[in-house]
Amino acid sequence: MNPALHTEHLTATDLSIGYSHRGQETCVAEALELALKAGEFICLLGPNGAGKSTLIRTLAGMQAPLRGSLKLQDQTFHSIPPRERARMISVVLTEALPVGIMDAYSLVALGRHPYSGWLGGLDDTDKERIAWAFKAVGAEGLEGRQIAELSDGERQKVSIARALAQEAQVMLLDEPTAFLDLPRRVELMSILRNLAHREQMGLLLSTHDLDLALRFADRLWMITTDGQLIQGYPEELAMSGEFAAIFANENLDWDAERGSFRAHPDPCLKAHIEGDGIHALWTRRALERLGFGIAKSDEKSALSIQVFDTDDHTAWAVARNGNQATHTTIGQLIDWIRAEDWSSKN
Amino acid sequence: MSTANPHTSPRRSATLFALLGLAVLSVAGLSACIGTTPLSIETVIKALTGSPGIDPVLQQIVIDFRLPRILTSILAGAALATAGLMMQTIFRNPLADPFVLGVNSGASLGVAIVLLALAPAGLSLTAGLGVSGQILLILASSGGAAITLFTVLVLSRKVDIMSVLIIGLMISYTVGALVSILMYFSMAERLQSFLSWSFGDYGNVSWTQMRAFAPAIIGALGISLLYVKPLDALLLGERYAESVGTRTQRARITILFAASILAGTVTGFCGPIGFLGIAAPHLSRYLFHTSSHRILIPASILVGALLSLSADFIARGPGLDVSLPLNAITALIGAPVIIAALIKQRNLKRLFG
Repeated sequence: MNPALHTEHLTATDLSIGYSHRGQETCVAEALELALKAGEFICLLGPNGAGKSTLIRTLAGMQAPLRGSLKLQDQTFHSIPPRERARMISVVLTEALPVGIMDAYSLVALGRHPYSGWLGGLDDTDKERIAWAFKAVGAEGLEGRQIAELSDGERQKVSIARALAQEAQVMLLDEPTAFLDLPRRVELMSILRNLAHREQMGLLLSTHDLDLALRFADRLWMITTDGQLIQGYPEELAMSGEFAAIFANENLDWDAERGSFRAHPDPCLKAHIEGDGIHALWTRRALERLGFGIAKSDEKSALSIQVFDTDDHTAWAVARNGNQATHTTIGQLIDWIRAEDWSSKN
Repeated sequence: MSTANPHTSPRRSATLFALLGLAVLSVAGLSACIGTTPLSIETVIKALTGSPGIDPVLQQIVIDFRLPRILTSILAGAALATAGLMMQTIFRNPLADPFVLGVNSGASLGVAIVLLALAPAGLSLTAGLGVSGQILLILASSGGAAITLFTVLVLSRKVDIMSVLIIGLMISYTVGALVSILMYFSMAERLQSFLSWSFGDYGNVSWTQMRAFAPAIIGALGISLLYVKPLDALLLGERYAESVGTRTQRARITILFAASILAGTVTGFCGPIGFLGIAAPHLSRYLFHTSSHRILIPASILVGALLSLSADFIARGPGLDVSLPLNAITALIGAPVIIAALIKQRNLKRLFG
């Protein structure tokens, strides 16, 4: 057992979040009981508008909670002086960084403000920590580059390095993967998870990426549109159908077996696919994309495909109403399926 | 900084600071020598050191006319540049400056009220204004500046950044209209004194007035140096600034307070002087290639002083018998700088550190 896992860095008791405008309260979620522990990487999920950003901003102290208490390492959040608080909690926001004249090093150095003197001069400890932050996010070599010249992925890394330079035990990130391509998203998620585990930090990240959240998060927090917050281990929530309840609608179906959502849950045409291995897997994906359901072995099907290996290549044998054809690439197969007339079920 | 970026090396910055300092001294020297009575540099030095062989008339020209004028130019340039820099950071807007955001017109209104409305009490800008009158003038122009600046600030929280400029412009027009109404009901000679004030002139500050002018500006510059770190943090926007431990509310108010003292004092004594507040910070960013206020504040002070001295030097028309409106010269210098910077960066946002 790792004792550090029981240290609670950030706790919320009976927390209500939302907006208060001219005495009128708009409550987004209420009665939240939350704890972000050391060494824990939590993903915050929820449909658009459910209040992910509101929760992040409230936990970061940028927005007052409507009710309830918030504690940072056993101290009441709002009683901590700003400079002390900045050493305990850091944030990565969706806000655009300045794109004017500023290099990545200067940006990350701003993370040392809670430690430096009135002119912001950097001593050796500061420089070491900045270098460490660059290394931790894999952004070495970007130090002298202008922020404006960085790609989205690099900018996001530098932005996280800036937060890391604050040496806080808690880091809150608001959709840091939103503008990144898939490989960059996977990279960033694994960097963050490793940071949480290695440095015993509590990391909370809001994201729209269910798939990556399921694969990387230690725990999930899910906000529902009616202001509930469901917590649990990713696998637990996937199996229990909580995912389906929150995100699924008439066009989208949660596939608990694969851990992903599927469009067109109810296709009228079914195809029968024989074969295994990667080619068969992607053939199934192709047919689903084209609107077919995959028939079970005893079900009636409009189309049957056999994926088999010959001596030097893979081939697809298709049978429909007694018509037979063999294709040597998946592209040919797809073109053939699309060219066929599927309007009648004969 | 220990990075490979040659632009931000301390050595380059030190050289640039030395060169700028030298340039300021040279133009100041030139201004001391050239004028309606050309003087040699020896005469100027003799006058300054008070050596016994100097003609008392020449000494008076140097000590009582040229020296205050040079000091005024330097202080006014430094003040406007620093005010512009701070406002650009606070509003996160590359075009923010005392002039654009209506601060100058606010200060004008304050001055107009003092000169035009209170004038029956015997106040006038050029004559008979004792130290208490000076302080009244500073208070009026700083107060006018502060009121417009805080109005813009309050409104700017409700709209996007570009709208802030439009709001500043509208406030300028509104205040300008109020000034016109005041002018309409004023007597001709008072109008004359207000009009000549509105052309901009560094020659109004005598040693007596310098006793109020210099401490106000040096004090406010001191305040701005205390806020180097919050200014740097505010480049990231208020939320990020808060997250690194900045007390943003307090920082913003104090910084804007310093900016209105700077802009208000200069406007009160020297008239509304445009463009220095935008051009000097942009030139500084361009020269030093940094967004750090630790460098940019001293750099803007030097660049502002240099531009201001040069503008005054040109305005007094070396070799000419006339003196041109200072306002016109700063616009002629400042506007091309801004256009060049925009064209070079191709993007308004990129201009801004």
